Amino acid sequence: MERKNEVTPTRRGVELALTLFAFALGAGSYLLFYVNRDLPFPSIAPLAIGCWLVLCVGAHLLIRKLAPYADPVLLPCVLLLNGLGLAMLNRLNYGSEYSPAVLQFTYTTISIVAFGVVLRWLGDYRSLQRYTYILFCIGLGLLLMPLLPVIGKESGGSRIWIEIFGRSFQPAEVAKIVLTLAFASYLSDHRELLRSAGRRFLGVTWPRIRDLGPIAVMWVVSLAVLVFQSDLGTSLLFFGLFVAMLYVATDQVSWAIMGLAGFVVAAVLAYLFVGKMEIRVESWLNPFADVDRNYQVIEGQFGLAWGGLMGRGIGIGRPTRIPLVDSDFISAAFGEELGLVGMFVIILLYALLVMRGLRAALSARDWFGKLLASGLSFALALQVVTILGGVTRLLPLTGLTTPFMSQGGSSLLANWLILAILLLISHRGRAPIEKREVPVIVDLAEERTVLLAAVKPEALA
Amino acid sequence: MNRSIRRVAGVVALMFLALLVNLSVSYLLRTETLLNSPYNRRVQEEQFGQSRGPIMVGNTAVAATAPSGDPRIPNVRVYENGPMYAPLTGYYSFVYGRSRLEQSYNAELAGTSSAQSIDRLVDMVAGRQPEGAIVQTTINPRAQQAAWDAMQGRRGGVVAMDYTTGAILAYASVPSYDPALLSSLDYDAVEANWEALLADPAAPLSDRAGGEVYPPGSTFKLVTTAAALEAGWRPDTLIDSPRTLQLPGSDHVLTNFADASCGADRITMLDALKVSCNTAYANIGMALGESALRRQAEAFGFNTAVESDVWSATSRFPSGLDPATLAMSAIGQYEVAASPLQIAMVSAAIANGGVQMEPYLVSEVRNPDLSVLSIHAKKVLRQSLSSQSAQLLQEMMVENVRSGGAKTVAMDGLRVGGKTGTAQSDPSRPSYYWFTGFVSESHVAIAVFVEQTAAGDASSSSVVAGGVFRSVAEALR
Repeated sequence: MERKNEVTPTRRGVELALTLFAFALGAGSYLLFYVNRDLPFPSIAPLAIGCWLVLCVGAHLLIRKLAPYADPVLLPCVLLLNGLGLAMLNRLNYGSEYSPAVLQFTYTTISIVAFGVVLRWLGDYRSLQRYTYILFCIGLGLLLMPLLPVIGKESGGSRIWIEIFGRSFQPAEVAKIVLTLAFASYLSDHRELLRSAGRRFLGVTWPRIRDLGPIAVMWVVSLAVLVFQSDLGTSLLFFGLFVAMLYVATDQVSWAIMGLAGFVVAAVLAYLFVGKMEIRVESWLNPFADVDRNYQVIEGQFGLAWGGLMGRGIGIGRPTRIPLVDSDFISAAFGEELGLVGMFVIILLYALLVMRGLRAALSARDWFGKLLASGLSFALALQVVTILGGVTRLLPLTGLTTPFMSQGGSSLLANWLILAILLLISHRGRAPIEKREVPVIVDLAEERTVLLAAVKPEALA
Repeated sequence: MNRSIRRVAGVVALMFLALLVNLSVSYLLRTETLLNSPYNRRVQEEQFGQSRGPIMVGNTAVAATAPSGDPRIPNVRVYENGPMYAPLTGYYSFVYGRSRLEQSYNAELAGTSSAQSIDRLVDMVAGRQPEGAIVQTTINPRAQQAAWDAMQGRRGGVVAMDYTTGAILAYASVPSYDPALLSSLDYDAVEANWEALLADPAAPLSDRAGGEVYPPGSTFKLVTTAAALEAGWRPDTLIDSPRTLQLPGSDHVLTNFADASCGADRITMLDALKVSCNTAYANIGMALGESALRRQAEAFGFNTAVESDVWSATSRFPSGLDPATLAMSAIGQYEVAASPLQIAMVSAAIANGGVQMEPYLVSEVRNPDLSVLSIHAKKVLRQSLSSQSAQLLQEMMVENVRSGGAKTVAMDGLRVGGKTGTAQSDPSRPSYYWFTGFVSESHVAIAVFVEQTAAGDASSSSVVAGGVFRSVAEALR
């Protein structure tokens, strides 16, 4: 076993170095604000930085102990984004009595604890594969929870919150993970069926009508989210996620084409029947036509223009002019204060995170893991591109959080859980075979199931 | 499955690439438009925080730029003796814009006027922070201080000007406000201050020296006298001056001040001026007719805005008068309304031999290196009355100070002419007190308007307004 370890390096040293680098950048941007504004450092600064160091190194140690073969780049990417987000929240709320930065720091702590719990107790994520339909029902329930009468809460025109004991929570964030698990589980079971049955037409294998059930269900659910919760972002995210996973599972372009077609139909329907969509599109194409209504988009644009190439410097811009700059528009604050260059760095950090996640999918040794890792990574990518695209006017604006940066506990927690799962998959993919705790026989059973299905699909249909 | 994962990775890469490309294209194509947008407060705030030239009174900068300590808006506007000079400097506020000299000389103060473009270019090449020009006012700080001090506790306005050039020497409005309340970088405080100033019943934002018009009362008799002189009357022309005068076509009975007699039932125009005889002047007005009276008022500047760097409300002389309203107008009542600046301009034209000079506030604008950017050239506004009439009217006003109703302002060794005025805007409220006149030796014309007296003030325009006149005239001696 000792020899195996030499062959497959754990690369924890690299991770520690990168983690310390991410820690330093986060702490540095936190302090830079006070330097740039000629303000004395707050008395809480040593404590805050100390706690941040503990969190960073703590997260690293958790991985070292519980997923030693995991990808060493994932955690530092997340810590860097999270640290910059905390520094920015602190900067944005300087001087206000109630600081969401402290709250966000607490959420970060809770998230990292939860991250540790998942690493420790989930261990073999494949145990979740069994609960396909339970997971699906839980995910769907979470997704539609804000529509419930008492606990559902509408804010900013979207009904995507629930409120329990005075604390609000966005269940869609957790639903994202649960539904990805459900999809991964369902598709890893049914992939052979979905991929082989069907007719060839125009050089593409088209699925049978009865196999369209799941995609139709997801289409309807997404549309329901759109219509009843007025939340274009979440709707787009779930449908896009499902289609991408279908494609990964089946390798068949026909699913992607149908998904895309379904999306176009939904988009047209939404544009025609949901009044808010038309406004969103109008705000996107021509924000200056209604300066009052598009104040947020316009201020965000002003911020980006004001930031220019290199940015004003942390604390020197005026991002607080932008409504919801703490959550939806936090990237515009970075654009203003760190410039185009800073925006590029942040986007590339997300890209790196997603690509490493997809790499974990490639290296996974089981279908469930592959589907789960690619689904979670794709969801992350879709979310980042949707919200950053909305802020930078690549796409119409939709209310999604900027992962790891936006203020808000549910989003932060959910994204840290995603990180934990990605790390587990990547660890399992890279770990030497002997290290697996689960007997190899399970894999063989799975392989055999697949073989049977490949031989006689009709028998299982 | 790995093939499709790689393809998904390709799609993801394209998505991120689209973000980067869109950001770069936006940066290249949209930045300039966005920065020039009139809605872009960031750019406005930056301009707001730029270094700005001072406004000078004598050798003192009454409005200047000081470091704010906030690197986002490095400079803040500060005011020396703010309330005293507020009607001149105006305010420089991010929330409420600019007013007065801060507004009319904004381009020069900010260093963006076309005349400064070469300097701006040189500064840019040399990497220096461009600096604004210095605006030098005509105000005499001693006269301004005297006017301000003398008016304390009262409400009203004072204007003093050099009648040979039109240079404004004192321009005070009481009560006033500190422009620093509005130039602060604490916008919430600025808004609260603004609301408080607007809500203040004393109306501190009103410019009682030039920005408001009031019934000029008996000071308007100077205009009526000028019209009479121009019509060929003489100071010794006899006029009916009954104790009371039933105004034709009306039930209004005109009386004199304190119901007094004017000394006789027929007195000279000089005596009528000296006792400020209402009935005599009503008769003069009715004899001259509306058009002659209005022509004279307009020759002094009524019904015309002053177009210089002095802001003023346009003073009014009505039209379409019947004999009764004509009679009232001739004594500065009815709908006649004048700013203290206008009344000072009447005295100035009389004192300057009938030639009315355009009033102005800024004598020169200098570059930071003190080279002159622009200099005011004095300008004749109009010939208000012939020099002979002006000479006669001067003598009448001097006589009024020597032995008439304006005796309180007599000063040893000086040729002082003056006229008192008491006006009622509304029978239920106390009278307005006016005083206007000139001092030949210091060639200054002054108008004092007291809207509300201080506790313990005598109810006499010659004592209250005359006292302020005297203080300012002494300061300019």
